Amino acid sequence: MTLPLFRPEDDPGPNFLNLLRKLGQDPFAGPELGDKRAVEITHATTIAAIRYADGVVMAGDRRATAGSSIAHRAMEKVQPADRHSGVAFAGSAGIGMEMVRVFQLQLEHYEKVEGSAVSLEGKANQLSQLLKSNLAMAMQGFVVVPLFAGYDHRQKRGRIFSFDPTGGRYEETEFHADGSGGRDARTTIKLGWREGLDRNSAVELAVQALYEAADEDSATGGPDTVRGIYPTVATITIAGFERLAESDVAERFASVIAAKSRKGLSL
Amino acid sequence: MSMPFYVAPEQFMKDKADFARKNIARGRPLIAATYADGILICAENTSKTLHKVSEIYDRIAFAGVGRYNEFDQLRRSGVQYADVKGFQFSREDVDARSLANLYAQHIGNVFTHEMKPLEVEILVAEVGVDSSGDQIFHILYDGSVVDEDRFSVLGGEAEAITSRMALAYTPGWSLTDALKAATAALGGPDQVLAVPDLEVALLIRTESRRAFRRIEDTETAELLGLPAEAAEVVADAGQTKPGAGGELADLPEPGAGDTPA
Repeated sequence: MTLPLFRPEDDPGPNFLNLLRKLGQDPFAGPELGDKRAVEITHATTIAAIRYADGVVMAGDRRATAGSSIAHRAMEKVQPADRHSGVAFAGSAGIGMEMVRVFQLQLEHYEKVEGSAVSLEGKANQLSQLLKSNLAMAMQGFVVVPLFAGYDHRQKRGRIFSFDPTGGRYEETEFHADGSGGRDARTTIKLGWREGLDRNSAVELAVQALYEAADEDSATGGPDTVRGIYPTVATITIAGFERLAESDVAERFASVIAAKSRKGLSL
Repeated sequence: MSMPFYVAPEQFMKDKADFARKNIARGRPLIAATYADGILICAENTSKTLHKVSEIYDRIAFAGVGRYNEFDQLRRSGVQYADVKGFQFSREDVDARSLANLYAQHIGNVFTHEMKPLEVEILVAEVGVDSSGDQIFHILYDGSVVDEDRFSVLGGEAEAITSRMALAYTPGWSLTDALKAATAALGGPDQVLAVPDLEVALLIRTESRRAFRRIEDTETAELLGLPAEAAEVVADAGQTKPGAGGELADLPEPGAGDTPA
């Protein structure tokens, strides 16, 4: 590889995707595909974000499916985008993972080239542009729907942005959940959400939502006590992106299950 | 019929080298030094926003002296190179040595083939998992690379600063000792550099990913054992701040370098 040197009029600026394109490395330039059913597409499933007093809780299950079979059991769908924001995705796993990777690099690249971080809204817009680049693939069935949340230092609160496959960007004021189990998760959160939730209640609500989603949706993975794989739960506050310890998440799922069992619901 | 000018290649190269050397020597200097927990880079820089020291990648930092627009262009290219390489391969495949070689090739090419050489000296530093992995590469205006394992001095009065620093340098010293020695070496026996005139950054060995960190003035004052007020910029009517990293205003226009300073 050589040192990329651009004339001022050719310089891609702080945009990592444009830089990759200049170098002929567009990660989303897929060839025209014929019959999409010829390939087994893995899909990722339930992701949620809940705003609370100190910021946002983000959560996602770990299962990826290919048709009706389980493709992967320990996928990380919720990841830090940078120090003060997180990104999660539902949909086509390969493209979703790539999109998250390019997004993380884009934010870091901008920060290093420009010497300052992108604003939270700017980050959401960047993600929307990445989605738009994938539109051709989305039309062929490789749909990715991300969810973005972060702590806004200017407004001093957590903010959540949801997206559609065409790159449409919508700010959510309270909470959002996406993916095949998103509807069940949203309903659960809707019943428990109130303004000014504390961290503990917000995390509990996220765990409950994922439990209900996994209960109703075959493509969403629940707590896997046999292998010790639990959904990802993370908080984003002024202190940054912090992932909850797996043992903590395990305990919270155990108490949800215990409460359900007492009510006489079978697991 | 007019005869084309003939300049002997030796003379031509020497003129270019003199031109570059002279203009770099006018720039304010900087020091990079290893210490127990990483690498310290300390520069004399009156600007708070136009940095001489910056982050390239997880464990790699960049520093430059001389013409600001030229070394900043090199910095951007370095970030672009490192981010693309890390994307194509893996984060651990991005290393300071290959970047230093690319810089050296580019700077050397410009020196040989262009009318005007780059009026910069740059530094690429990488912090290792232990002190034996620390690397400091110092790249000169003609593309020659010097690999240092203790410390490196760039910019004006480099020789005098190097000898002062060599006296103080102790392997495995603490950050406070290293910073005190670096500021003393930069200032020399006759002047004490004020905290607002320093730009300090670290590559911290124990960081899990991005090791680069800027040290703000208040923290610099604390490390130097000075009161917090030392970090405040003293308004001095007689002192105007030079632009762009303190460098641009000092430098003559290209081509004007052969007039006696």
